[in-house]
Amino acid sequence: MDIDVKMTVNGKAVSGKVEARTLLVQFIREHLRLTGTHVGCDTTQCGCCVVHVDGVAMKSCTMLAVQADGKAITTIEGLAAADGTLHPMQQAFRDHHGLQCGFCTPGMVMMGVDIANRLPGADEKTVRHQLEGNICRCTGYQGIVEAIMDASAVMNAARS
Amino acid sequence: MHNFNYHRAADVADAAAKLTATEDPKLLAGGMTLLPTLKNRLAAPSDLIDLAAISDLKGISVESGEVVVRAMTPHAVVAASAEVQKALPALAQLAGNIGDPAVRHRGTIGGSVANSDPAADYPAACVGLDATIVTSQRKIAADDFFVGLFETALEPSEIITEVRFQIPDRAYYMKFRHPASGYAVVGVMVAQFGAKVRVAVTGAGPCVFRVAEMEAALEKSFAPASVANIHVSAEQLMGDIHCSAAYRAHLITVYARRAVEAMVG
Repeated sequence: MDIDVKMTVNGKAVSGKVEARTLLVQFIREHLRLTGTHVGCDTTQCGCCVVHVDGVAMKSCTMLAVQADGKAITTIEGLAAADGTLHPMQQAFRDHHGLQCGFCTPGMVMMGVDIANRLPGADEKTVRHQLEGNICRCTGYQGIVEAIMDASAVMNAARS
Repeated sequence: MHNFNYHRAADVADAAAKLTATEDPKLLAGGMTLLPTLKNRLAAPSDLIDLAAISDLKGISVESGEVVVRAMTPHAVVAASAEVQKALPALAQLAGNIGDPAVRHRGTIGGSVANSDPAADYPAACVGLDATIVTSQRKIAADDFFVGLFETALEPSEIITEVRFQIPDRAYYMKFRHPASGYAVVGVMVAQFGAKVRVAVTGAGPCVFRVAEMEAALEKSFAPASVANIHVSAEQLMGDIHCSAAYRAHLITVYARRAVEAMVG
């Protein structure tokens, strides 16, 4: 039995018919064709699938699409400005070489924004702890941590 | 994942009615354990009853001598709560070290407690802080609630509505965190209530348990040395791919001592 779901994704109202067991990440990737959100482990460990649900970072591989009914979702595609200007977190990942193969990057960037929103001015140790649900298997985190701290400062300055 | 019927419960009575009316139902709280279990086909319930829309199952209050956490409150909310940090900092600290940030945004206290995972953190808080588990039907003392491996005193149609923690004079939770999963390899909650002390251990046995010998020693003299030479038998403890039962037994003594050190230091 298919279920109707409606939600806002990257500012746009979307709807669809899903099975009860359809995961949010499947809805995002396969129904909406927004393939920036990745599936790495599919077991809630790696964080490649992190999106924001009502402004908070969640793993979209461990959430049903029906659980997101009525919610506002932001994926990696929703971060940059309409004119293509990168979000400060995306720009910082570029500046600090915060990626190599790029597979974990969508989740890292979305978690980075979440960390910057929740913990403005977090120190390096805190940022590293906050990244424990996001796994990178190539760069070794140094550039990622630098990028998050840098972007966090830029986002702070923009807020004040 | 096998398919199932999905229901959104309007309130606790509706959820309880759906639990009785469906064939092989499961309650869906945060889903941080249930959904991975379904994905691995370790369970195939006929119906999932989602509790997320029940607004009065969320929230925290501090009442006379108790911190009350409603069942659907996520770990991140408990960890970040100024009220909890002030009244019962050990509970905020415990909640803030479950899983990872994205998991803490969804995982709930009710889900964790109902699951009685042998390596979960909240059971140590419930037993160590002499909590009462309030359900749709009754109040259950934490000491009577956790029965065994993934087994609790809950009846099939019973729903946890809140957990009421007693506020101790002081408490500390010390955990050997599994570096990959964040689960407790061993976690020890030590809490002092006047002349009474409670020591609750998670991660080591089939479910959370108290160590009476440590409690008695700390009630006599609340000092790290009181527990430093008390050893729990490895016989009833778990050995697995991560470490042996003997190693877990050793960690209980070390982490109990360190928790007391943190409290008196």
